Amino acid sequence: MSKLKETIINPIFRDNPIAVLILGICSSLAVTVQLNGACVMALSVTIVTGLSSFVCSIIRNTIPNRVRIIVQLVVVALMVILVDQVLKAYMYPVEKQLSVYIGLIITNCIVMGRIEAFALGNKPIPSLLDGLANGVGYGLILVIVAFFRELLGSGTLFGMQVLPAGYEPNGLVILPPFALILLGCVIWVHRAIYKDLQEK
Amino acid sequence: MEYLSLFVKSIFIDNMIFSYFLGMCSYLAVSKNVKTAHGLGLAVIFVLVFTLPINYLLNKYMLTPGALSWLGPQFADVDLSFLALIIFIAVVAAFTQLVEMIVEKFLPNLYSSLGIFLPLIAVNCAILGGSLFMQQRDFVNCGESIVYALGSGIGWYLAIVCLAAIREKMSYCNVPKPLRGIGVTFITVGLMGLAFMTFMGIQL
Repeated sequence: MSKLKETIINPIFRDNPIAVLILGICSSLAVTVQLNGACVMALSVTIVTGLSSFVCSIIRNTIPNRVRIIVQLVVVALMVILVDQVLKAYMYPVEKQLSVYIGLIITNCIVMGRIEAFALGNKPIPSLLDGLANGVGYGLILVIVAFFRELLGSGTLFGMQVLPAGYEPNGLVILPPFALILLGCVIWVHRAIYKDLQEK
Repeated sequence: MEYLSLFVKSIFIDNMIFSYFLGMCSYLAVSKNVKTAHGLGLAVIFVLVFTLPINYLLNKYMLTPGALSWLGPQFADVDLSFLALIIFIAVVAAFTQLVEMIVEKFLPNLYSSLGIFLPLIAVNCAILGGSLFMQQRDFVNCGESIVYALGSGIGWYLAIVCLAAIREKMSYCNVPKPLRGIGVTFITVGLMGLAFMTFMGIQL
């Protein structure tokens, strides 16, 4: 039981996929200008990671080792298409805003990384939990970065004015490079807390 | 002239790394020294230049609504565009496998230094991203897609070699402990991105 609990808690905090494994930066940073998009993206990635880990874990004993990358990609692509179609049907404006980044969940290294590292060697239920937890860990960082970018960049949160009207929006924060600098700071804080992760 | 403009634009202004954050994972992981960065950069250019035109043709003659009309009038209203993601990634994965085999046979040194990151080109977002942007931009002919692929590949190559050079120098610097390694690399990339933004608005 405690092992299962570790499977869920660890990826969210200590072994956070973004801060420690440096996976899945690719499609994540461009969606952090607004909290709205970041939340949808976090949710989509969580669902895709969880479900594709689950499916790959079910068929793990029947995939020939040599073609496993292609098989995994097909499973992941299937899940992403499902999520994309659902978003198109129910949340069209958000889907337009996220544009190609939903499709790029396929190549999000977190998904492939978790399948390779965990799902191929474990039973379906722990794999599902591991996938979901990694998605949540990823989403947490996404939401933190988006929070600061939207707050400082446009003075709003979820599109609602939070800072007093006299606040001059900081244009630099909206620019893409600032997301990287902010992420660097998040990692700085993370490593200051977990000292054993520091590099020599 | 349009080709030249598209070429310069895709290298500097729409740079895959600095304006779209595509291909970040291998970008950060393989940029520890200039030599391997150079090898991976070339491999990415190669895969991009070949997969993008293939995907362009597939998209034009198979996937867009009404694209199958060359088969006969009864196919005129078939819309396969929902299959785009799966087809694109299959082309990319197959091509990466090919590159891997070629590099293993003819450049064994590079093969061992790139290690796991060579097969991972298949999941390099810069490549799939290139195909998806190609789909959004509605290029009029195959030539444009090749120029775009070459430009964005070179942009990626430039970015990774620059970062590798900076990181080689930075290993002699006194960086605060929790920031060492990946943290300061992120901040460096951010600053490089700001520098690249000065190219914005260039028109040829």
